[in-house]
Amino acid sequence: MSNPGWVSDCDMPSKLILPVTQHIGAPARPVVEVGDTVLGGQMIAEAQGPVSVPVHAPSSGTVTAIEARAVPHASGLTDTCIEISLDGKDEWIGCEGLANWRDETKATLLERVRLAGIAGLGGAGFPTAIKLASDRDGGIHTLIINGTECEPYITADDTVMRCFAQQIVEGAEILAHMVGAETVLLAVEDNKPEAADAMRQAAVALEIAEVVTFPTKYPSGGEKQLIEILLNAQVPSGGIPADIGVLCQNPSTAIAVRDALIDGKPVTHRITTVTGMSLKDPGNRRVMLGTPIRELLDTAGFNADSADRVIHGGPMMGFAVTDLDMPVVKITNCVLAPTRSEIPPPQPQQACIRCGMCAEACPASLLPQQLYWYARAKDQEQLERHNLMDCIECGACAYVCPSHIPLVQYYRSAKGSLREAAKEKVRSDNSRARFEARQERLEREAAAREAKRAARKAAAEARAQAGDDPVQAAIERAKAKKAQQEAEQ
Amino acid sequence: MLEVILGNPILLALAALVGLAIAFGALLGFAAVRFEVEGNPLSDQINAILPQTQCGQCGYPGCRPYAEAIADGDSINKCPPGGEDTIQALANLLDVEPEPLDAEHGVEAEPTVAYIREEECIGCTKCIQACPVDAILGAAKLMHTVIIDECTGCDLCVEPCPVDCIDMIPRKGGIQHWYWPLPDGQNRGNLIATDRSSEQAAA
Repeated sequence: MSNPGWVSDCDMPSKLILPVTQHIGAPARPVVEVGDTVLGGQMIAEAQGPVSVPVHAPSSGTVTAIEARAVPHASGLTDTCIEISLDGKDEWIGCEGLANWRDETKATLLERVRLAGIAGLGGAGFPTAIKLASDRDGGIHTLIINGTECEPYITADDTVMRCFAQQIVEGAEILAHMVGAETVLLAVEDNKPEAADAMRQAAVALEIAEVVTFPTKYPSGGEKQLIEILLNAQVPSGGIPADIGVLCQNPSTAIAVRDALIDGKPVTHRITTVTGMSLKDPGNRRVMLGTPIRELLDTAGFNADSADRVIHGGPMMGFAVTDLDMPVVKITNCVLAPTRSEIPPPQPQQACIRCGMCAEACPASLLPQQLYWYARAKDQEQLERHNLMDCIECGACAYVCPSHIPLVQYYRSAKGSLREAAKEKVRSDNSRARFEARQERLEREAAAREAKRAARKAAAEARAQAGDDPVQAAIERAKAKKAQQEAEQ
Repeated sequence: MLEVILGNPILLALAALVGLAIAFGALLGFAAVRFEVEGNPLSDQINAILPQTQCGQCGYPGCRPYAEAIADGDSINKCPPGGEDTIQALANLLDVEPEPLDAEHGVEAEPTVAYIREEECIGCTKCIQACPVDAILGAAKLMHTVIIDECTGCDLCVEPCPVDCIDMIPRKGGIQHWYWPLPDGQNRGNLIATDRSSEQAAA
């Protein structure tokens, strides 16, 4: 529906709202102040801590606010954002690429990736530099460019592969060089023959690359699922693909890496699918990060009356947008504006009939029924034992459930509580260690004081015993002095 | 003597049993000394459940002393920072009935951290001495500050401060700590696009 095959630039908005957190990890710290003039490509917030990525200005203008604004997040909460009023000139700082990236060390390349603000552009937003640095003992043997569209409706990856196949392959070459991969698999679902063709043509330039197609089935885009389809290998529970020597990257991320190293450009734009029945002109747009969703929808002929709601992300894993002034961020792969009949409201939840369809649908081979009961009972121990954390929250279980139980919502909540509990555990272990260290220190200090006091007492007693009374000696001295003075007179 | 025993089956059996008892007794005695567990494993387990706020609201000077007291039979409902979850976990561990939190010791509240308004701090070091986890940095007549990541939110630094420049601010809240609430069973969330319905979204 969103007509893949071409991409149009979204009009330049008058202002951009750039959240400092557009990725998984610690928020970036603003390095500009209100009133500052910024140029395109300039870093406006720096990474804070190891798992964090910086934010760059997508165009030139003036910083008009740094404050909490609505951000695209399932919570609907606000977060710190940097607002830039654009001057329309689109002036950029000078970007310098690495002409000979093959001669650079991996550390230099990683630093470049980090400074370019690259986070997984498929939709997860995990900092790419961390992912590239996390190779295990065995190293990485296979790089997969994951051109599997995450969800129905979304055609952003398809479009990117059709329009920018050459850049993807260049990016893949750099990524393979960085991690030392011997094989590059360009994975395309079989419902995107044009994309596969474009990729095949471009892949000629890279000897180790091969285009593989496979049947379309949601959610093959999950990296663990894709690895199983392509390599017939399973990523261990709780592990990451690097554990079995595989690295997955989204095509847009590959392009971002290419742009960062060859052109020296940070991530400031992304390709986003704008679709849904309440749009006159759905399609894929190249959008400046920070563009308000309202402006993006307006370019696609948004009819607010027919739209039931606006969804950030796809129909399965996305979340409703509570405020149309929310900006497009690095993880915005789709903005969906469906009508009520297109994605109808759910039917009332009924009791689980133990049909087992959820277990059949689960791509991670979990036991959704059991997890459902444990999530309701908040039994964290059992949830962990049943590998809840391996749930990819694809929503397939909830989709097939004949009782309309919102299973995936239960898992999301339970996963959140497990994560929080784990954080609290770390915190309390830390506090315990510090408390005990302090107790020990206090005891040590008390013992030292006691020892000193005992030593002084012993010394005084020893002197007294030796007839060496300091008081007596002082009196003697005073007497002698007085006698001397009298004698002098 | 030996002949008498060997000749009498009852005495023989008795002797064999006594012999075995002595042998196993010696073995157990040796094992008790050789494999002795140091400390009290039960109080360690209890201590692992307690939230380690070290606030003393339970009436003991820290979480370990309270853990030891519970191991000795004190009640499990005196820990306000841990709240219902901790009481539940303790009840599971000790196989006793969970009791509601004893309001005498305080009420369950959002976790907080201490924040020193630095321009008002006079550098008296009183809070530094009060902090049970050494989370306050500073020196005499110099400004103090709290290491937020180490602060347990125990409140103990607030009272000694002579100029009342310490605030307790909520630690959680905000986007970094948010996670989905459990569905309410009414299925107002969406089966496909998962979450809040349009009515909620509009609100």
